[in-house]
Amino acid sequence: MTLEKQEMKITRHEVEHVARLARLALGEDELKALTGQLDAILGYVEQLKNLDTDGIEPTAHAVPMENAFREDGTRPPLPVELALQNAPVATDGCFRVPKVIE
Amino acid sequence: MNLTDLTIHQLQAQLRRRDVSAVEATRAYLERIAATDPQVNAFISVTDKVALAAAEEADRQLAAGEAGPLTGIPLALKDIFVTEGVRTTCASRILENFIPPYDGTAVRRLKKGGAVLLGKLNMDEFAMGSSNENSAFGAVKNPWDRQRVPGGSSGGSAAAIAARLAAGTLGTDTGGSIRQPASHCGVVGLKPTYGRVSRYGVIAYASSLDQVGPLARDVEDCAVLLQAVAGHDPLDSTSVDTPVPDYDGALRQGVKGLRIGLPQEYFIDGLDPEVRDALEAAVAVYRELGAEIVEVSLPHTAYAVACYYLIATAEASSNLARYDGVRYGLRIDRGEGLIDMYRQSRAAGFGAEVKRRIMLGTYALSSGYYDAYYLKAQKVRTLIRQDFLDAFAQVDVLLTPVAPTPAFRLGEKTTDPLQMYLSDIFTIPVNLAGTCALSVPGGFSAAGLPIGLQLIGRPFGEETILQAAHAYEQATEWHRRKAPIE
Repeated sequence: MTLEKQEMKITRHEVEHVARLARLALGEDELKALTGQLDAILGYVEQLKNLDTDGIEPTAHAVPMENAFREDGTRPPLPVELALQNAPVATDGCFRVPKVIE
Repeated sequence: MNLTDLTIHQLQAQLRRRDVSAVEATRAYLERIAATDPQVNAFISVTDKVALAAAEEADRQLAAGEAGPLTGIPLALKDIFVTEGVRTTCASRILENFIPPYDGTAVRRLKKGGAVLLGKLNMDEFAMGSSNENSAFGAVKNPWDRQRVPGGSSGGSAAAIAARLAAGTLGTDTGGSIRQPASHCGVVGLKPTYGRVSRYGVIAYASSLDQVGPLARDVEDCAVLLQAVAGHDPLDSTSVDTPVPDYDGALRQGVKGLRIGLPQEYFIDGLDPEVRDALEAAVAVYRELGAEIVEVSLPHTAYAVACYYLIATAEASSNLARYDGVRYGLRIDRGEGLIDMYRQSRAAGFGAEVKRRIMLGTYALSSGYYDAYYLKAQKVRTLIRQDFLDAFAQVDVLLTPVAPTPAFRLGEKTTDPLQMYLSDIFTIPVNLAGTCALSVPGGFSAAGLPIGLQLIGRPFGEETILQAAHAYEQATEWHRRKAPIE
């Protein structure tokens, strides 16, 4: 690590924004640590910019595949009581969540 | 000889001759787990009752002469495989009390084959890590030296084999998570080609990279386990519908005339001299056995780690969005509404490395950065994959190190995430290319730590790497050495 002043890849403000997008309530210490760590990691991945990828198709899936079709049949679904057995709160055969609309 | 020292194929022969019963073998393992696992911490859950019931059923099948290659064999599973009625945590607080209502496909196939499941194995939380220190259930210790890491993320799966706590295990490999711990623990570990084994019922980390594979004492055992779980599954649309070859039948064909490539980019300055020596000795063994050694180039190797940490984290940020405190898992509700409940539950449930990767992935996918990071990484992935296809036009397999060094010390890399990521530099390219590779014991350092060799094969070329690894194993004694742990 050099001590010379370098442009940050990611700011504290952006880290807070990403934490909101990711639905993570991060504490002050976590935000501080993550800003430095993400900055170092983004600095490292910057090297990809050295590669000329003009005209290169992106790969989303390493094994060439066409659409995977199957019979449009029915299968027995998971019974309601099994689907709900791990729910933190369930009421009347439904998952219960905190109030959404004020 | 102790029952727990036997390979799967040796134990299977004894079970068929009825020299030993499946219940006796299972009890031997359960007793050893109780006595020895506290030193290693390989297990998150031990399922005594389930195991003994399966062993009794296996004994009935053995008595009736209906046994398959895994009937009565005590196995254990990385805690990423969902198991009906058996707690599945993914080594995370967020799933600490999760009891799956179904079995995944690999688990179902093992059970159908008569295997006995001893329990669920420790791992890095959500398979994110290279040292097994990121577990909500404590770090796993390397059976060869308890001051050192077993590797990760399938650290429990590798340590359980090395410490003789299971006859075989399954792990998953997204960036090296089977091969790197296999190398550090001196066992055989195979990552199949993407699509060879169903991912149905495997908790997702990075869906375009995750693959299920076996860890075992020798190459033959790996072939037996792969045979049991490989094949198309209608419940995983990315599983590939190509015939599964007879892996065991391919093992003994030798390597005469086999073309083995040495990629020059894998013999870098940072490579530990003892790892380099092991590789050079292996090259000499292969020459002696009649293989042809060819130098090849994988020119984009240096970009693989950067490429991986964008793609894998982007996919992880999406996959882990499901942990929201609604359908399963931890919920923290302070009475401040739905969004607050999501944020608090996830903050309390996920560990530091998981949060870090969710954050990086969310950033790489976020508006304004998608093209510069995620799309760019996908294009680089194309170049990395093409490197392998070009190399396999010249050679049949590639021989490389698995990890740049033998197992490092516990705590050595926990403060520097980037250094930890770089320990996967030789395993990550294989996942990006989607092809298959294995780690086979290839020697020991002066300090007595195992060093693995990596054999990389063509897509769906598992037979060839098994065959090459078997030939090496037959010519060497490394796999017979036992970790010093009682």
